[in-house]
Amino acid sequence: MSATAILVLIINAILVNNFILSRFLGICPFLGVSKKIDTALGMGFAVIFVMGVASVITYALNLLLIKANILYLQTIIFILVIASLIQLVEIIIRRFSPGLYAALGVYLPLITTNCAVLGVAIMNVTLPVPSVGSGLLVAFINGISSGIGFTIAILILAGIREKLQTADIPKIFQGFPITLLIASIMAMGFAAFSGFNIG
Amino acid sequence: MKNNKKLTANEIVSPLKDGIIKNNPVFRLVLGTCPTLAVTTSAINGLSMGLAVTFVLTCANIIVSMLRNFIPRKVRIPCYILIISTFSTVVDMVMKKFIPSLHDSLGLFIPLIVVNCVLLARAEGFASLNRVLPSAMDGIGIGLGFTLALTLIGIVREFFGAGAIFGYSIEALSRAELPMTIFILPAGGFMVFGLLIVAFNLVVDKANGYFAKKKAAKKTMPAENQINIEGEEVVL
Repeated sequence: MSATAILVLIINAILVNNFILSRFLGICPFLGVSKKIDTALGMGFAVIFVMGVASVITYALNLLLIKANILYLQTIIFILVIASLIQLVEIIIRRFSPGLYAALGVYLPLITTNCAVLGVAIMNVTLPVPSVGSGLLVAFINGISSGIGFTIAILILAGIREKLQTADIPKIFQGFPITLLIASIMAMGFAAFSGFNIG
Repeated sequence: MKNNKKLTANEIVSPLKDGIIKNNPVFRLVLGTCPTLAVTTSAINGLSMGLAVTFVLTCANIIVSMLRNFIPRKVRIPCYILIISTFSTVVDMVMKKFIPSLHDSLGLFIPLIVVNCVLLARAEGFASLNRVLPSAMDGIGIGLGFTLALTLIGIVREFFGAGAIFGYSIEALSRAELPMTIFILPAGGFMVFGLLIVAFNLVVDKANGYFAKKKAAKKTMPAENQINIEGEEVVL
């Protein structure tokens, strides 16, 4: 696998097919945890980490599932692995970094129902990236860079929403509606990247 | 914890009704937003996704409710996820076998029903606290509310984005340069969703205010708490 192919994979996952703004995965935390830049950043890092590790583990597990010919258990196994992985991450963070745990505490269990994690796990095994094929390394890079894409999107939104707190918004538009309209404008911006047509 | 009291009709019917309007999962609770945005490029996709979720939600609610006294509190979330993923696998397999074209167009989002927050929220917030029949009704109600919302978003996006309704293209629209591709693109999805939340809340608040006024006139009693969105509704 050449360096160019890896670069294409990374740019593709971060910008062109941004998880939130073009694939619609992980919208719940995107809307729910984007009120402040700090928490958005914490959530972003947690997602990057979990997505990277989950990609590798689920990809390897999928090979076992194929070997044992029980592919129909894929969804169940993946979600259980992801849920226990998140539990593990929570325990580790609580032990070694209480500060980070206090900041992430609430959001970590939420990642279980973040469809981005299960989404990237399933995509890794069902939709191989055309130019680089599939493999453990590809799955890992795809997971990490998809997580970075998620973090970028949620950070931008959090930045805008912090500014928005002082704005005078009609009552009926407050909360989710205005956030969705901002996301819409962001998605228009990211749609421009689809013209890249690389790889 | 055992409760053998007979269920009143209201306890059975009200979860069904609440699920569609008052607790509409998409417009009111804003849960399960990923499939809401991703599959609603056409009305038929939204409708079928909604029905698939309704099925999974109703079955999962029934099982969770049956097992609510047996599942230890500490491991309840993995248990719920296991139950939900079982049913979503069933939907996945049935759809792949009998309606492969639909399975292809919904794609990734069929297995992703597992992580739809609506399901976990109802298992945790309703089914684990209530008896089987109300839980089943809640599943159907919330499911129908979800279906309604997805179909509505699908209709709007398909109408403006492809100039068609449920796959039937409209001649006049295509002449009027209507197909505005942006509505099919992600940006349009966010926009339509945001505006429909506003429209839905506007209509429901107006209707609630109207009914509350009517009732107050009838009973000559103040009824402010009936238009409270978040709080519990006064028993009708």
